Amino acid sequence: MAAPYELTDDGVVVIIGSGAGGGTLGNELAQKGIDVVILEAGPRIEYEDFINDEWDSFSQLAWLDKRTTSGGWRVSKDFPNLPAWIVKAVGGTTTHWAGASLRFQEHEFKTLTNYGKVDGANLLDWPITLADLEPYYAKAEDKMGVTRTTGIEGLPGNNNFKILKAGADKLGYKECHTGNMAINSADRDDRMGCQQTGFCFQGCKWGAKWSTLYTEIPKGEATGKLEVRPQSTAIKIEHDDSGKVTGVTYADKDGKLQTQKARVVCVACNSIESPRLLLNSASSKYPDGMANSSGQVGKNYMRHTTGSVYAIFDKPVHFWRGTTMAGIIRDEARHDPSRGFVGGYELETLALGLPFMAAFLNPGGWGRGFTTALDHYDRMAGMWIVGEDMPQEQNRVTLHKDEKDAHGMPIPDVAFTDHPNDTAMRDHAYRQGMALYDAVGATRTFPTPPYPSTHNLGTNRMSEKAADGVVNKHGQTHDIKNLFVSDGSQFTTGAAENPTLTIVTLAIRQADYIAEQMGAKNI
Amino acid sequence: MVTIYNRTPISRRELLRRGTAAGALLVVSGSAVLSTQEAWGMETTALKPETMATLIQMARDVYPHDQVPDKYYAIAVKAHEDGAGKDPAHKELIETGIADLDQRAGPGGYLGLGWEEQRVKLLQAIEETPFFQAVRGGLVVGLYNQKEVWPIFGYEGESYSKGGYIARGFDDIEWL
Repeated sequence: MAAPYELTDDGVVVIIGSGAGGGTLGNELAQKGIDVVILEAGPRIEYEDFINDEWDSFSQLAWLDKRTTSGGWRVSKDFPNLPAWIVKAVGGTTTHWAGASLRFQEHEFKTLTNYGKVDGANLLDWPITLADLEPYYAKAEDKMGVTRTTGIEGLPGNNNFKILKAGADKLGYKECHTGNMAINSADRDDRMGCQQTGFCFQGCKWGAKWSTLYTEIPKGEATGKLEVRPQSTAIKIEHDDSGKVTGVTYADKDGKLQTQKARVVCVACNSIESPRLLLNSASSKYPDGMANSSGQVGKNYMRHTTGSVYAIFDKPVHFWRGTTMAGIIRDEARHDPSRGFVGGYELETLALGLPFMAAFLNPGGWGRGFTTALDHYDRMAGMWIVGEDMPQEQNRVTLHKDEKDAHGMPIPDVAFTDHPNDTAMRDHAYRQGMALYDAVGATRTFPTPPYPSTHNLGTNRMSEKAADGVVNKHGQTHDIKNLFVSDGSQFTTGAAENPTLTIVTLAIRQADYIAEQMGAKNI
Repeated sequence: MVTIYNRTPISRRELLRRGTAAGALLVVSGSAVLSTQEAWGMETTALKPETMATLIQMARDVYPHDQVPDKYYAIAVKAHEDGAGKDPAHKELIETGIADLDQRAGPGGYLGLGWEEQRVKLLQAIEETPFFQAVRGGLVVGLYNQKEVWPIFGYEGESYSKGGYIARGFDDIEWL
């Protein structure tokens, strides 16, 4: 039974956002008997209502509130008001994600130490190590049902994977398989196995892919200790004279302002909205925004060095059939500066339906150069590049100077420019991807530019010292002890791996810490 | 009064003599654009029917797929007729844009240019204009999001109702 809490109840933990971070944290705390209210900006859409249609699903799930972009990235030209492809609904972007669940590598927690100082980059070591996270990674993998962990079988490979694997073998890559996916390869945890439907990005209509929408959230609600309040848009975090946070003011489903009192507040609205909310919570006590004594709130925005390689063959592939992210090559994920860049990247299969292929293959492109590619749509294979990008101070989320949303809150601007290391890595990955497909007989290949970001990271980063970042090793803000950050914005650096598993892992770990601190009456 | 647009201005008698074997023809009749080969026509009220006929050709020149009939290009640009009906500024954008193209094309107008390359050259000269971007941008969804067009490209669309592809060929590649 979902527990309704009074607005005046100042004993609750208020979590803003119900995705990988917020949804997981909410359940973990509820399981410990802690009262939780999750404020979610989007509506609750159950998985049977998801739509197997790219544009219709986009209208149903995507975060479409106006944002602006700046900086040198191509997204800013092609999609000036859509910096990110993320979700506004209960479950957040765990409804949309592909399911790839990879642990970070040990060296990626110590980038400043291992990569050395990189000009123009704001590298910093995480205040935690892989060893600190390993027991929590194991819990997360079990919770999410990650294939090839916890004794769970891998998914079968689809046509797109078979081409990737054949090319990987020809190039001599050693680590290529159908991935570590939070997609059931058989019935598990009262959810069914993958039916190879495709449309992973549009929300899994079988519930085979893990999402907080139909795992963490109902489990938390069943304890009677968790209330999820949809269509509740956080506007401002409130504080008292001592500086401690006391509640969250939000616009309810009718646009009316409400204030939910809180003992603890956890911000988990994704790396664009989380810093936006902290910056918008500026007061006479916190003139530069909340938890921002370091000046780092909103800075070091990372989005992974991405791109895609598509290829055309002389025979049919039907790459949209089956799991969207159906396989991975990990050989390039190592740190090997002899390639001309620091850090590494993963290659993961990817397919788009015809409507999104037309929108994303070469945004703005037209004429026969473009259309002859789509003419062979059923003979295409594709892969996505996901690599570590460099944190840079000027890549940042700021409040727009003039434009405000319906609630009078300044909209966010997302500034991003590739670091030369990002460009060198992407170019290397394009070359490898094209060589891979050429090796299997591709007649034409396409180095396709990055899409609007789904991996938004780093804008409230974790640091040992309060001067270097926003939160400590538990995601607790350096400045305010009952204020936490619980999403990917706490990442110190981005690593090469898809971030969701690590967000979930940090949330499980953070729940232990919050419970302990509440028990000790420290917060 | 029937106005017939062809690649080069020719007499109606000559056209009738040749029949329509030379290629797909769009015919403007009263307030409608009619296809002589495909069984369809489109009424226009906001835009001039001549403008619509040119817009359909422009759409094909922007995203040319020789296996896709004119009908789908017509459906794809119909949003501009609807938009022009609601917003005078949009009507102005499209009418002036097409008039400008016709002028750049010289006597015979845009539709009088026989080769795609000739028309594309004109489009390249205006590709940064709001007119071109409105037409091109609208086509990305307007053309490629038509479910009737998907099978032409082999795309199978929705699959949940058929139980996904687990028993329908997700791993059926044989040529590797």
